[in-house]
Amino acid sequence: MAPETRLKTTLDNGLQVILQESHVAPVASFWIYYRVGSRNELPGTTGISHWVEHMLFKGTEQFPRGEFDRAVARAGGLFNGMTTQDWTTYFETFPADRIELALQVESDRMANAVFEPGEVESERTVILSEREGSENSYFYLLSEEVQAAAFQVHSYHHPIIGWKSDLQSLTREDLYRHYRTYYTPNNAVAVAVGDFDREQMLARIADFFGAIPRGPAVPPMRLVEPEQRAERRVVLRGRDRTGYLLLCFHAPAATHPDFFPLMVMDAVLGGAKGMGMLGGNANNRSNRLYQALVDRDLAVAVGSSYRPTVDPNLFSFYATLAPGVHHQQVEDALWAEIVRIQEQGVEAPELEKAIKQTRAQFVYSSESVTYQAYWLGFSEMVASIDWLDGWLDQLSAVTAADVQRVARQYFAPHRQTVGWYVPDDGSDAS
Amino acid sequence: MSQSIPNPENVARFVLDNGLVVLVRENPSAPVAVLEGYLPAGAIHDPADKVGLCSFVAAMVTRGSAHYDYATFNETIEAIGANLTVAADTHVTSFNITSLSEDFPTMVQVLADVLRRPTFPQEHVERVRRQKLVRIQERDQDTQSVAILRFYEAIYGDHPYGRSVSGYTETVSAIRREDLEAFHQARYTPQGAILAVSGHVQAGAVLDLLAQHLGDWQGPAPAQDVPPPPPRESAQRLDYPMPGKYQADIIVGCQAVSRQHPDYYAVRVANTVLGQFGMMGRLGEEIREEQGLAYYAYSTLDAERAGGVWLASAGVNPANVERAVAAIEEQFRRLAEEPVGEDELADSQAYMTGVLPLTLETNEGVASTLLNMEWYGLGLDYLLRYNDLIYGVTPEDVQRVARLYLRPDRAVTVVAGPPGDG
Repeated sequence: MAPETRLKTTLDNGLQVILQESHVAPVASFWIYYRVGSRNELPGTTGISHWVEHMLFKGTEQFPRGEFDRAVARAGGLFNGMTTQDWTTYFETFPADRIELALQVESDRMANAVFEPGEVESERTVILSEREGSENSYFYLLSEEVQAAAFQVHSYHHPIIGWKSDLQSLTREDLYRHYRTYYTPNNAVAVAVGDFDREQMLARIADFFGAIPRGPAVPPMRLVEPEQRAERRVVLRGRDRTGYLLLCFHAPAATHPDFFPLMVMDAVLGGAKGMGMLGGNANNRSNRLYQALVDRDLAVAVGSSYRPTVDPNLFSFYATLAPGVHHQQVEDALWAEIVRIQEQGVEAPELEKAIKQTRAQFVYSSESVTYQAYWLGFSEMVASIDWLDGWLDQLSAVTAADVQRVARQYFAPHRQTVGWYVPDDGSDAS
Repeated sequence: MSQSIPNPENVARFVLDNGLVVLVRENPSAPVAVLEGYLPAGAIHDPADKVGLCSFVAAMVTRGSAHYDYATFNETIEAIGANLTVAADTHVTSFNITSLSEDFPTMVQVLADVLRRPTFPQEHVERVRRQKLVRIQERDQDTQSVAILRFYEAIYGDHPYGRSVSGYTETVSAIRREDLEAFHQARYTPQGAILAVSGHVQAGAVLDLLAQHLGDWQGPAPAQDVPPPPPRESAQRLDYPMPGKYQADIIVGCQAVSRQHPDYYAVRVANTVLGQFGMMGRLGEEIREEQGLAYYAYSTLDAERAGGVWLASAGVNPANVERAVAAIEEQFRRLAEEPVGEDELADSQAYMTGVLPLTLETNEGVASTLLNMEWYGLGLDYLLRYNDLIYGVTPEDVQRVARLYLRPDRAVTVVAGPPGDG
């Protein structure tokens, strides 16, 4: 159900606008979403979308480097940017009477980021540092290996931050071209939620963004991952002593009819996580995976993950091994839970619990204008806000038979990619 | 403004006969109730050979109590999509409830049982121990965690503040079931405990509910006094080589002020200038934006009851460690030697006061704020006085506290990361 205080429209230059009033607290959050992420990157340019996101904090003529952050912070605002596989977003959350500053800085950045060559070079080392920080974690390295093995053709193959060699060789011209190609009003969605009048807010957004000219059509992303016919395995070894396991299957995109049955599957196996994006319940011990692996001392942490994306992505299982347990035991235990659903389906109370937990998550998140705006924009990126409004109904309509059917359809041995992180010191109990 | 900030006019405060303090802020905007609480039992109460005991108890209480065994607890909480967590900190054990308001009475009933009547089932003692040992192992493999841990150990020496809250492999291995029971018996007490509630509730009803489930709880007077940490007289540099890593984590920090110290607000403002404002203050500007050395560089202030630390941290390529340490020390010196500009100070003050409505947007934010106001004895009018406390800090104050506390000659510097070439 869409709230009565919702407004959705498109400006003449193609900018989509989604506004929702919330008068609970004197705050407002503004998000601008661009339909570009690592999904849009070709070999040799990996990490370019994330790097462009960094460059948008490095200054325009109106807000030279540092001026943007100072202006926002001075106004009592919080800000950040985020790059994913499918989209890039920037947001500011302010005391409600300052929200216009967000429109000012975001409309300026959409058109006028400078990409000063010296700043490009300084940011190159910052991003290499960001990547090296991630590389300190063997779980991260394992995830990267598994993702790359699971996708051979589609651009979900490479990490959002990019391969190191690309980060070392990309040029200022590459970055600027990417910016000019994708940072256009016709490739963006502006979202605001908070303590304002929506008609007035629309008028202000039109004032700031309306004059930015429409850009060229965005290059289509044509890559399609072929059907996987053979199981794939990666084994990573290293100095850290804690074992990890990942087990992934190709799974459909957000707009596919099977998305919601798989979302319920995710809740039954690994606990409800709201919209599968943020947070989720802190208490998550009554789900099937926890009972089968943690309560039986095979793992100290276990879970499943299935997120809404533009193109078919992965349904993943992950585990942190308990000491003295072999990876094969954990893999077998995960498969036993998969087979149990394939053969026996799920129980009515499990379906009810998934719905109740999700409903509660929605209510909790409604306290924050920042989260609400995030979800509206995110939904528009991967599907539409109608898809978000219908979330609970869609979830409630899922039957036990649906869950059993998708378990059989998607979780097949030849469709799996498995990753083991094995400590080098032989602490894997083999 | 559609909602005024919490103040004596709109926050109800009660003290039960057993000493438990209750604060309630009614907020009917969403059908949610949030409770945040502290018990005066913290890691400072851990015996030296059983560090991590308080944290172990906190992990155990939700794994079996008189009326809610492990499975019943999980089903009760999770079937209604609620949360109930208990966690240890330095001085306190904190707990939280998040639920739909209709389920709040159920949640209070569960919480009371968990806090008052945990059963410490042996099977779960061993399971939690295994889980804790793996988490400690993961912590000891993480460069940032290792840097922080070693920094605290070095800056505080043998003082309880120098220990890890979650403990160490040896100390957690040494904890027995009877230790858990004894700690709970001695330290879980309503005297000095605080519960702050925000949400779609009625203050009188909340009081009745808490009195019903917690009113007849009796416990000893809490022991919260820790001596001030011994002052440091010299600088120290510690390098922790961690093979198999790509990036080094650096901490440079000094002993600073307790939460109650008269200099606290001056240090808070100075810290915002140094390593918080905008893209992480002067440190972020210099180390990330200007020199491109690090993805993150910032400073934090950790002010406890008996003392505190003020530290800067950054994650850099091993080749840039010395440059980054020098850059941090340079920013310490700059803040101490040059008066901060009027505009720069005003920016930080505007930020610190301006974000207040954002932190009070959610019930969790309100409940946490009320809880800390009570814990540190700030008074229910604290948020009304907050702007004056922040704007009362002058450029001279910032320079004075920087000179007093950011002392490179007494700083502890820790580097954890890939082994050097030497």
